Amino acid sequence: MSDEVKIGAYICKGCDLGNRLNTDQLEMIATREGRVALAKSHDFLCGEDGVKMIQDDLASGEANKVVIAACSRRAKTDAFSFEGVPTSRVNLREGVIWVRPETDEAQETTQEMAEDYVRMGCAEIKFMANPKPSEEQGTNRHVMVVGGGITGMTAALEAARAGYQVSIVEKSDALGGTAGQLYRRAPTRAPYADPEDTGVEPLIQMLEDDAKVTIYLNSVISSTDGAPGRFNIEITQGSDQLEIISCGSIIQASGMTPYDASQLTEFSYSDAPDVITQLELEALAKAADGGPIKRPSDGKEVKNVVFVQCAGQRSDKEGHLSYCSGHCCNTSIKQAMYFKDNALSSGTDPLDIQTTILFSDLRTPGAGGEDFYRSGQDKGVTFRKATVSAVSKDGKVSLNDLILDEEDTIDADLVVLATGMIPNSGRNNEREDELQTIKTQLEAEHKEVPQEMLDEIAIPVESILNLNYKQGSDLPQLVSGFNDSHFICFPYETRRTGIYAAGPTRRPMDTQQAQEDATGAAMKAIQAIENAGKGMAAHPRSGDLSYPTFRKEGCTQCKRCMMECPFGAIHSDEKGYPQYNEARCRRCGTCMGACPVRVISFENYSIDSVGQQIKACDIPDEFDEKPRLLVLACENDAYPALDMAAQNRFEYSAFVRVIPVRCLGSVNTIWITDALNSGYDGVVLMGCKKGDDYQCHFVKGSEMAHVRMSKIADTLQTLNLEEERVAVHEVAITDIQRVPELIDDMAKVVEEIGMSPFKF
Amino acid sequence: MSDLNQALAEKYQGNFLKEVIDNVEEGDMVRMCMQCGVCAGSCPMGPHWEHTPQKIFMMIRANKRDEVLQSDSMWMCTSCYNCIARCPRELPITHIMHGLASYAKRLNLVPKEQPTAKFAQLFWDNLAKKGRVNELKLGISLYFMNGFGEGIKVAMGNQKLGMNMLKTKRMAINEAWGGHSVKDKSGFHAMLKKAAELESAAIEAHSK
Amino acid sequence: MSDKKEYSFYPGCSSQSGASSSNYLTSVTSMCEELDIKLNTIDDWNCCAASIGYAGGGELPRISLSARNIALSEQQHPQQDIVATCAACWLATREASERIAQSTKIKEGTGVALKEAGLEMKNDKKIRHMVEVLVEDIGMDAITAKVKKPLEGIKIAGYVGCQTNRPFGIHGESFENPQYLDNMVAAVGGEPVRDYEKKVSCCGGALAFSEPDKSFNLIKPILESAMDHGADMIVTPCPVCQMNTEVYQDKINAKFGTSFNIPVVYYSTLMSVAFGRSAKDAALDGQVIQAEKLNKIAK
Repeated sequence: MSDEVKIGAYICKGCDLGNRLNTDQLEMIATREGRVALAKSHDFLCGEDGVKMIQDDLASGEANKVVIAACSRRAKTDAFSFEGVPTSRVNLREGVIWVRPETDEAQETTQEMAEDYVRMGCAEIKFMANPKPSEEQGTNRHVMVVGGGITGMTAALEAARAGYQVSIVEKSDALGGTAGQLYRRAPTRAPYADPEDTGVEPLIQMLEDDAKVTIYLNSVISSTDGAPGRFNIEITQGSDQLEIISCGSIIQASGMTPYDASQLTEFSYSDAPDVITQLELEALAKAADGGPIKRPSDGKEVKNVVFVQCAGQRSDKEGHLSYCSGHCCNTSIKQAMYFKDNALSSGTDPLDIQTTILFSDLRTPGAGGEDFYRSGQDKGVTFRKATVSAVSKDGKVSLNDLILDEEDTIDADLVVLATGMIPNSGRNNEREDELQTIKTQLEAEHKEVPQEMLDEIAIPVESILNLNYKQGSDLPQLVSGFNDSHFICFPYETRRTGIYAAGPTRRPMDTQQAQEDATGAAMKAIQAIENAGKGMAAHPRSGDLSYPTFRKEGCTQCKRCMMECPFGAIHSDEKGYPQYNEARCRRCGTCMGACPVRVISFENYSIDSVGQQIKACDIPDEFDEKPRLLVLACENDAYPALDMAAQNRFEYSAFVRVIPVRCLGSVNTIWITDALNSGYDGVVLMGCKKGDDYQCHFVKGSEMAHVRMSKIADTLQTLNLEEERVAVHEVAITDIQRVPELIDDMAKVVEEIGMSPFKF
Repeated sequence: MSDLNQALAEKYQGNFLKEVIDNVEEGDMVRMCMQCGVCAGSCPMGPHWEHTPQKIFMMIRANKRDEVLQSDSMWMCTSCYNCIARCPRELPITHIMHGLASYAKRLNLVPKEQPTAKFAQLFWDNLAKKGRVNELKLGISLYFMNGFGEGIKVAMGNQKLGMNMLKTKRMAINEAWGGHSVKDKSGFHAMLKKAAELESAAIEAHSK
Repeated sequence: MSDKKEYSFYPGCSSQSGASSSNYLTSVTSMCEELDIKLNTIDDWNCCAASIGYAGGGELPRISLSARNIALSEQQHPQQDIVATCAACWLATREASERIAQSTKIKEGTGVALKEAGLEMKNDKKIRHMVEVLVEDIGMDAITAKVKKPLEGIKIAGYVGCQTNRPFGIHGESFENPQYLDNMVAAVGGEPVRDYEKKVSCCGGALAFSEPDKSFNLIKPILESAMDHGADMIVTPCPVCQMNTEVYQDKINAKFGTSFNIPVVYYSTLMSVAFGRSAKDAALDGQVIQAEKLNKIAK
């Protein structure tokens, strides 16, 4: 085949497009303005016959790039998928006829809309090439699991069962973790009525017996290098470096540390031997082994036990945990059952042992939670909605009953505090950097560094992974010290590709959830290995072969791309140039959006592939009273929301031209300035929710875009344009009614402030 | 306080829930209340309760024995069954209220002058006598349940009502002499006596 | 109709001659004659203890009362369902039957007690309310077919009340808005008030005796709502509902300064009139507040 570019433009007349639009005119525009080699219309383009027409042209060499002017790029993806052929989709259905009224007066502007989209598609395709996989890495079917608790063990077993080599690194001298300290656990299957075996023992046995699994006890990870498919991990035991293991992906199952209950002086934890934590009760239950549970102080059989929920948790008091640890309500129900069940098996009436759970909000997550609560009630466990003000040394619990609205006391033999969990998430590099910056600044200004800052800096935190990444030694954290994993859409996906967080290191959870987590993380770890081997993105653009490259001659070594990449994919070489690790890259384009000199691009997505679309639009004369609005919509949520608005036939302005982007993070400010310079009257950016409860598929992309756009005001000023001409919105996929309103709002703004003076 | 009450209070010291489970009609369901309060919001006597059923259940679990048994709250139950129909946990709330009232009466803990408690006893005595209710006698004893003077006043106040009932033949003066009855009175009485004995014996056994 | 439907009938105390709902029994008798329903009264039946007997009697004696009635019915009418017309009778009997089936303790206790009266029970009978018979065994179409004098132009608020509705209710009906009473009104040609808000509100039941003031507060809105809807009368399936809403209207008027004077009838009254029976057969003379519009139809 020759290198000559031959673009075939195919215009669909189905779904009423033929009736609503002048497709002959569209063909003509594609040919004359779009300069395509051939333009054809078809009554039913996605049908067998229509697809065959395109395939025949491709086979005969009549065309080697394709523009499909039909429905949204999100529809009919199977029909319009031509392997190895760059394809641009022009959205005439959801983007034009479905959002416009079918009236005579609307006809002209509707047709103009369609014509512009055809121009844009023809412009885009010129800058789209077929991506070829990077050959950066091979396939290494070895999974590293960090942590030998129930999460790590489950992940290891799942990966080994799927045929992968596994290494487990455990800091302590035995597998089992926190789950190994439990007597029983809350039930994981119907009828969810009784505590069940933890399953830890057989799990350990299975791992020890599995030839694919290597267990490293008393060991830690002292260094991690590389990228998915080619990690190199150094394992150290004490001060001895044991081994360097090459692996394809990593599962971090570093678990949790119990909250230090000695901080709860109001509950006499440090002074009273019979005030204990849930984890300590597990040890008593283990010792009792089905017989009467005895209290620590004098070995007396416990007849009256009180559980204090949310001890030092869900509280904004100094030193308390702000969050709910998720398992503690079910754990207290389970532990109250220890007393009831043990009584029954030792021939005592379970009602003679009083078990009271004092809660302010009872939370029993999971499928069986409600059943388990009910079973607890059935066994005679008393639940009281109450806040506990104090526990005295002799076990007198002072409470305020919130149902009866009165103060009360219970004389308990044993008080169990439901204290929370703290994630073992490694170092918080972001916070360390922040503290260091402030400290340096204060010192430079000869000001005193506050003591609490010095204290915070002084607390040593052990790194879990010791990543040799420019962006830090550990997985980034989100809130309350938990490792960031994409909590809303893609759990386990951390901000370090190929490294998956599972279990309480990413959010509070119980053993069953941790095991589900482990299974999911194992699957993702396997996917990362396989995709890396093929040079494909792991997630969320799974299968994407494109990856960013940069033009070295233009690069100013500003390092903005390294700083802004949400995934730590970009390292710097010795000269300070960016060094891409394709396998770590998620292909969001945030680096492309960040680059001030615009040297970063993908084969099929670049400054030009979008910029030329912006320029391809026909900008009518100022006196035509036809403004032009540009919408850059994130393809993950905003663009689908627009499609769904169209499906609902919600109308919006005919003056708008929408371009989907991979992520708002990929939006380079040059697109905005170019648009305004070329006469657009307003620009609307639609991305996902940012912040701690982000919905951005690329975690930080939307946030980056917001930061960049906050600075666009200066640009507007130099152009002598009103600030209101650029708007940035956070949009959820469910904002189906809102997205057309946002567009119309901008149309109104333009109507009020007038047309742009930049129309030529 | 009766001896039985004292004995039971001591026997179940600090574990009123167990006492209720053992001795009160449908009392074992008290533990299943999830404190949603739908019963409280559904009760037609809402304005007159001191403690809603929801609170009564909580009080039982919080060992508030005296407060519960001496309460006049259970006696507000009109047996409308709204609470039962609406309870998401399907607790037989009406029956538990009846059971608690009956248990409180057995232990002599009913507030003095509780009118429904008095009327309920009159009703039972009336029906137990001949196996069928004698409405005329029941009405008269109701009027006089708070003493003779009060009774005359109440009766006078209801004079028109009584006349209406007589006029429509929905009340009969001749019921005052004899009136309706089951035929097998001795069998009927023997049955009731046995049932009452069995019930008392079970509760007394729990007090020992 | 060829096959006459037969039931083991439990009339209950208030239906006896000279008792407060004797008029109910009179109209039920007329209604059943027209619908080919034969009611075989359980001989020597006793009181069910109603809803207020709990305090004096306790659980076991109370349940034994119903057990005796069931045992007698089993003896006398082995193949027939027990049917009651009074809500409390139906409820207490059905409740007793269920409790005996569920609890070994209660089953044994009642067994021992019944023995004292020379009886025993199998507890295999269905315990039904008369309205179940009408809804399930007869059907609205058959009722309409018997209508000779449709109750045209009479607006009637169907007051279902509590115990015919809860906790058992009529199969297929909701607790909050049952339709069967309205359907019956429609079946005899009357105009039902389907959106009658107080349809299933409580009238105070037995507490009308012991706590009249509290009960009057409950009865007043039941009357008020019917009046607001322009109802000519209220219809009810329950003797206590009928009594409480009808006979205290004077006292309620005195207490609240209102002027209620709305007749309250039984569904059986409506049917007897619509089926062409005389005012006496329909027991219209048993109305403390005369149902003039029915009187006119029945002559």
